[in-house]
Amino acid sequence: MAEASSKQPARERPLSPHLQIYRPQINMVMSIFHRITGAALYVGSLLLAWWLVAAATGPQYFDFVNGLFATWPGMIVLVGFSWALIHHMLGGLRHFVWDTGSGLDIASVDLLSWSTIVLSLLLTAGLWLYIASERGWLSAWQ
Amino acid sequence: MITPLKRVRGLGSAKKGPDHFVRQRLTAAANLVLVPFAVGLIATLAGADLATIKATIGQPVVAIALIVLILSMAVHMRIGMQIIVEDYVHAEGVKLLLLLANTFFSAGVAAIAIFAVLKLSFGA
Repeated sequence: MAEASSKQPARERPLSPHLQIYRPQINMVMSIFHRITGAALYVGSLLLAWWLVAAATGPQYFDFVNGLFATWPGMIVLVGFSWALIHHMLGGLRHFVWDTGSGLDIASVDLLSWSTIVLSLLLTAGLWLYIASERGWLSAWQ
Repeated sequence: MITPLKRVRGLGSAKKGPDHFVRQRLTAAANLVLVPFAVGLIATLAGADLATIKATIGQPVVAIALIVLILSMAVHMRIGMQIIVEDYVHAEGVKLLLLLANTFFSAGVAAIAIFAVLKLSFGA
C-alpha cells in the first residue's frame, strides 16, 4: 500500500454531488442554521459575560455598556443574539425528538424543520414586544 | 459489539464513544430550563438601575441558577465548537491549536462570568 501510493501521485477522486447541486431543502437549511447559530452563540457568550462584568464593575461602566447596547447596532446585535438563542434551542428540541427515533419520516422532518424557523421568529418577536412594552417604547405609537 | 473472545482479551471499544454525545444532551437539557430563566431575568432587568440588578442577581437562587447556567453553557459550547473544528479543520497542527484555544475560551468566559456573578452577590 505504502509503495503504491508513493509511486502514483494521488489522482483527483470524483466527489458525490453535494451543496452546489442539491436543491436546498428546509431540513438541510435548518441543519446549517443550527450550526451557525451555535457558533454565533459561542461568540455571543462574551456579551453575557461582558454585561455581568459591567454590572459588577460599577454604575459608570454599567451605564456606558448599557448605552452601547441601546444604540441601533447594539440593538441589532441583541435581537440577533436572542433569535440565535431561541432558534438553537428549538433546533435542540427537534434533535431531542429525533434522538428518540421518532419524527424521522419526510413529512415530520419537514414539519419540524419549518416549525423551528417559524416558531423562532415568532418567539423572538414576542420577546422583543414584551421588552418594548416593559420599557415603554410602544407608547410613542399609542 | 463485544464478542466473548474480545472480552477475554480485554479488547473492544474504549467505552468512551458516546461521552460527548451524552454530555452535549445533558447540558442541552439543563440549558433548556436555565436559558429561558436567564432570558426572562435579563428582559425584566433591562433598563433597571444597578442597585435593583445587584439585589436581584444577589439572591441565592438567582445567583446559583446563573452560575450553573454558565457552567453548563461553557461545557456545551466547548463540545459544539470542538465538533465544528474537527469537521472543517484537517491540518493537524492548526486543529490542535484551535482545540486548545476552544478550551481556553470556554473556560475563560465561564470564569469571568462566574466571577462577575459572585462579585454582584458578595461584593460591596
